[in-house]
Amino acid sequence: MKGNVIKYERDNIDTDVIIPGQYLKVHDYAELALHAMEGLDPDFHSKVKEGDFILSGRNFGCGSSREHAPIALSHSGIKAVLALSFARIFYRNAVDGAFLLPIEIDFDAYSNISDGDELDIDIKTNEIKNLTKNKVYQMKPFSDIIGKIIESGGLFKYKPD
Amino acid sequence: MNITEKILARASGRQKVSPDDVIFANVDKVMMHDVSGPGVIKVFDKLKKQGINVDKLWDPTKVWVAEDHFVPSPDKVSAENIVKLSNFTKNYGIEKHFKYGMGQYGICHTLSHEEALVLPGEVYVGGDSHTNTTGALGSFACGLGHTDVAYVLLNGKIWFKVPHALYFKLNGKLPEHVMAKDFILKIIGDISTEGGAYKTMQFGGSGINEMSVESRLTLCNMTTEAGAKNGIVEPDQKVVDYLTSRGASNISLVHGDDDAEYEKIYEYESSELEPVVAKPFSPENIVIVREAPSVELDKSYIGSCTGAKYEDLVAAATILKGRTVKIRTEILPASISIYKRAMENGLLKIFLDAGVTVGPPTCGACCGAHMGVLAKDEICISTTNRNFPGRMGHIDSQTYLSSPLVAAASAVTGKITDPRDLK
Repeated sequence: MKGNVIKYERDNIDTDVIIPGQYLKVHDYAELALHAMEGLDPDFHSKVKEGDFILSGRNFGCGSSREHAPIALSHSGIKAVLALSFARIFYRNAVDGAFLLPIEIDFDAYSNISDGDELDIDIKTNEIKNLTKNKVYQMKPFSDIIGKIIESGGLFKYKPD
Repeated sequence: MNITEKILARASGRQKVSPDDVIFANVDKVMMHDVSGPGVIKVFDKLKKQGINVDKLWDPTKVWVAEDHFVPSPDKVSAENIVKLSNFTKNYGIEKHFKYGMGQYGICHTLSHEEALVLPGEVYVGGDSHTNTTGALGSFACGLGHTDVAYVLLNGKIWFKVPHALYFKLNGKLPEHVMAKDFILKIIGDISTEGGAYKTMQFGGSGINEMSVESRLTLCNMTTEAGAKNGIVEPDQKVVDYLTSRGASNISLVHGDDDAEYEKIYEYESSELEPVVAKPFSPENIVIVREAPSVELDKSYIGSCTGAKYEDLVAAATILKGRTVKIRTEILPASISIYKRAMENGLLKIFLDAGVTVGPPTCGACCGAHMGVLAKDEICISTTNRNFPGRMGHIDSQTYLSSPLVAAASAVTGKITDPRDLK
């Protein structure tokens, strides 16, 4: 999975900035995408491209349980969010709804990867190749059930053992 | 096992569970509202297209629906969502639908305890992050997204990773001017907004035993702001009496074992606690009120699942009685039942005499959606739970989080004020 990075060098990117409260009444996925990241980066919609990744710090997606957040990012074209850590409801919404991959990385990868870098992510080998900088990082492997739900294509397609 | 582990073991048909075990827990109660409900309906529509049968719910008697975020409907989209929700509950035979304008309704978390919809020992999930609130009744209460709630509605179960537990022990009864809100803000300031991530936050000790059920609800409500999976208090006679007086029966209490394990124990002395506020833009940004910045406030807001329960309104009334507000002040009781009690016991008159506007139960302003959002550069003191950028309105507005006592005292002076310093 190849894509370019949009980097937000900060912690605690919350669901209110990912998709502000006034849009909670909206359930049209394309319309939600128009307002993704509006609370932090009003230019996001014009710069995001299909297949891009977001890179950010700790506790990404903290706050509300609104599934609008991974939906808005996913329908903007974001395939994965790479972060130092994730808030729990955002994480499970992203996985159970099969909207995008929440990928935990370490601080070295976080600080080394720059805005605009092209990455190639392989969740089978847990390798993240930085094609721009010619470097390789390791992602934190998905836990057993998370890996299986991702492989199945979401919670509804997952068959518990 | 601690109480959370005991509940999850029972719900997953196991003798014992340990932190990090992945289980499928049978769910006892599930809730959705006018934001998560239409999201769930959208998931149902997607499933239908994939050929998955969504004709019947696992058990409509275990489901309830609240209209709280976009009521009264501020626009056509919101009004349509309420219609969608009504059609859904009618089609699927869900009888517990608390409708705006038809008797008892209110914020979903408030209904969970006001209407005794959740009992001790139950696994309760809801399509809202503050579902954690209801753990104060001694249940496992946890917030989920639309896909997960849809899964529960169809299958009656959901996966959990058994959480590690943090135990917060409070020694001694809280002083009169300090509320549960001050205590939980202090905790979040100490452990950070990520300090409880994926974990259980359990509260105990003599200070918790002394607390009312409503105060415990405030504690568990804001465990969400520390990232916790659930907040919980071991249930006691107060919980039984509270629920029984609201029509519950067949209550059986689940308790943790004497040798229950916790990842970490934090200990607090009530006598050392002070009124605090969380400064913009994070609930962990804590300062004691007497050291808070001297800003000119534009608004005081007493509302939400966190800060508009009956005892929150009583606290505000003790300050506002015989005084006049200096800034725009709104009080929105969290449910109609609380509104009625406030009327019967003279609180509404105190508020109106003080110059406050009293509004209907709604989540509207708390999440910056409608019913009183903040303008650019406006500063608000609020009994709600979050103060992220833009949370209550314009991205350049600011919110200070506080207890109802502090919000009321600040309404009187126009500055962030310790209730002890009010003349």
